[in-house]
Amino acid sequence: MSDQVPVLRLEGIVKTFPGVRALDGVSFDVRPGEVHALMGENGAGKSTLMKVLGGIHAPNEGQIFIAEEPVTMTSPMQAKAKGVVFIHQELSLADELTVAENIFLGELPLKSFGRVDWATLYARTDDILKKLNVRFTAKTRVGDLSIANQQMVEIGRALTVSPRAVIFDEPTASLTDAEKVVLFDVIADLQSQGVGIVYISHRMEEVFKMTDRISVLRDGQYRGTLETAETNEDEVTKLMIGRSLDLSRNETEHEFGEVALEVRGLSCGQQFQDVDFAVHKGEVLGFYGLVGAGRTAIAETVFGLRTPSAGTILINGKEERINSPIDALRLGISLVPEDRKDQGLVLGMNCRDNMTLPQVGDLTAGPFVSDGAEIAIFDQYRDKLDIRTPGWRQLVGNLSGGNQQKIVIGKWLSMRPDVLIVDEPTRGIDVGSKSEIHNLIRELAAQGYAVIVISSEMPEVLHVSDRIVAMYSGKVMREFTAQDVTEDNLIQAISGLGDDKAA
Amino acid sequence: MKLTKQSVGTFLAKQGILVAFAVFMIGFALANQRFIDIDNIAGVIRSSAILGVMALGVTFVVIGGNLDLSVGSMMSFSTIVVLDLHDKIGPALAIPAMFGLTLLLGAFIGFLVGYLKLNSLIVTLGMLSAIHGLTLTWSGGKNMDIADKSGTWFSVFGQDRLLGIPMPILIFALLAAILGLVMAKTPFGRKVYAVGGNGQAATFSGIPRARIVFFTYLVSAFCVATAGLLQASRSLGSQNTVGQGMELEVLAAVILGGASLLGGSGTIFKTVIGVLILGFIQNGLLLVGLDFYVQYIVTWAIIILAVWLDVAAKRGSLWSPIA
Repeated sequence: MSDQVPVLRLEGIVKTFPGVRALDGVSFDVRPGEVHALMGENGAGKSTLMKVLGGIHAPNEGQIFIAEEPVTMTSPMQAKAKGVVFIHQELSLADELTVAENIFLGELPLKSFGRVDWATLYARTDDILKKLNVRFTAKTRVGDLSIANQQMVEIGRALTVSPRAVIFDEPTASLTDAEKVVLFDVIADLQSQGVGIVYISHRMEEVFKMTDRISVLRDGQYRGTLETAETNEDEVTKLMIGRSLDLSRNETEHEFGEVALEVRGLSCGQQFQDVDFAVHKGEVLGFYGLVGAGRTAIAETVFGLRTPSAGTILINGKEERINSPIDALRLGISLVPEDRKDQGLVLGMNCRDNMTLPQVGDLTAGPFVSDGAEIAIFDQYRDKLDIRTPGWRQLVGNLSGGNQQKIVIGKWLSMRPDVLIVDEPTRGIDVGSKSEIHNLIRELAAQGYAVIVISSEMPEVLHVSDRIVAMYSGKVMREFTAQDVTEDNLIQAISGLGDDKAA
Repeated sequence: MKLTKQSVGTFLAKQGILVAFAVFMIGFALANQRFIDIDNIAGVIRSSAILGVMALGVTFVVIGGNLDLSVGSMMSFSTIVVLDLHDKIGPALAIPAMFGLTLLLGAFIGFLVGYLKLNSLIVTLGMLSAIHGLTLTWSGGKNMDIADKSGTWFSVFGQDRLLGIPMPILIFALLAAILGLVMAKTPFGRKVYAVGGNGQAATFSGIPRARIVFFTYLVSAFCVATAGLLQASRSLGSQNTVGQGMELEVLAAVILGGASLLGGSGTIFKTVIGVLILGFIQNGLLLVGLDFYVQYIVTWAIIILAVWLDVAAKRGSLWSPIA
């Protein structure tokens, strides 16, 4: 197989953003009929690489080859014309249009005077749907389909051309097991036609079942390619996270204080159901699970951003109703949100004003905001968190991801909460800052804060948590202590396999 | 730095408004000496005051991430109402009554945009028309005049001077100073910036977004009422359409001052500058002998130019081949 001309090859791709080297010399190739896994942690550069491939970002260095011909990608449409198609994790379909219209969007077959040739459209759509082995028809409205079927439509789009390479970005993230089987059949079918597949996934068992080779990215760097048949999960994991970053298991045993926050039978519609947990003062409680497992929704409910459909929340042993973030702040709960740029910061504001935003109403001298009080808080948390910025006047948007995240953490820490919830504390930030933030979380617990850490990165959860709640599809599957958790058990619990709570 | 096509483009994108303004000013001054005459300058400021007062309020709305296109027709309403009530209940009661009614309109818009989260462009465009109808209904379509123009103290706001300075300029300056402090120095002002800059982050920070938006429209309505008072006091009589079209001039001034229509940026001080730029350009056009009606075209051109440069500054280039 290895003597075949690769359908797609990347050589020495470098992409830098202000302050970040997002891709640092990435090379890999996809052969015809091969399924090639691309793995790496969040922030490792997978999505940037895809954007470079799709022409959304121009690389600073390096070259893309299609069938060994150098190409310059300028847009996803152009990439598709060259036979490189993307199946995105987030669907980009028009709900109000039919399956056929969505599949041929932008390239509807036409008759004279620009009229749509519906007969041809439906006939060609039917051909594609037959290949996909689905039950819905070309005339079904996309908004009426399940997520899994919408994904099939997305895949159908890729089949309107004869693709050379198809890139799947976390395709199974929202699929049930039965639906996955159909997807895997489609992939096998493409494979048999000599199409090269890039398969981006976090799920080891899928990768080992599906793929021929595995390439690993870490912190924007290409770490190597392994033959799937000749490697194992350990080796891949090591490539993915084996860095100087200390991610040893948290094994410190220490005394906790009283229960700071307890949740009983909490449900929120489809998001999560019947969730129980408690976090003590001085404890770090980790929430681990796949994206969409309901972890963030729980945090948002406790913080008053969602209204629970059932259950109770107890703060320091007292039942409370939390209807808004204002209530949550009053009760001593802070949330460092998942999405730094959309939820955490006002990018056009300076560092100080961002940090003091939740309490600006209290930092007054007469009718005016007290400059001194604000600067005092900023200085205190800049020193405490080692935030590197030329000064408080610097716009937050100009800081690196790690420093931005520290501003967000500082913002919530300066509220002096009893319970600090941190959602994806180190997403998309560099290794050094990661390690600092991990230490900070441990330190906060040692100082008596009750900390909840939500993370999609297993090493991170294992590194910082005293206890770990494993979630799958809106339910708490199992609770582990730092002493009794194993990676295998944890993976099983969040995949919905094996033991549930009862075991 | 080498002067390349690109660096010139970037410079124009960032400082374009000032460059354009400077070119205009120099051109006007060369064309007509009177342009830089002190009386002319004072006259421009004076005639900009009413527009300026309205622009102060709209600055709050725009920084909060919304638009207010109803201010022109709301100003007509305030003017007609205060003139009508002047003869019915006397100026001392007419003024607070007019402020109350105008604030009520502002509260209604604030409720629709803030609490019901309706699109501010549509709401205020609709209110532009609705308030015009309200004004005409109130007046019966007739012009409104104070019966005894020489026997009322009501003219003090529009016609008198204090310390030699015309009252409209004083009131504009005073309001600009107060609102400038509110915007720059108070928790409320900070929250307006946050809501306009990133509404979601503001919500996550425990800032009541709806209430903040609501209050920006109240501020805007208060400014409109003040503008209506100045207008009524100056002329002591008015048509139903006195504020017609001013919403666009106000918006032009705010954008010229550098407030982004996306919200979260701008200052009261810069809006004052924008008001003056607009006033001087319109005055200059008259002085070089262009017809008064040309200013409508120019105002439109200035809005387009300012919006273009605002986008260009963010993008770093004047022109983008892809969306």
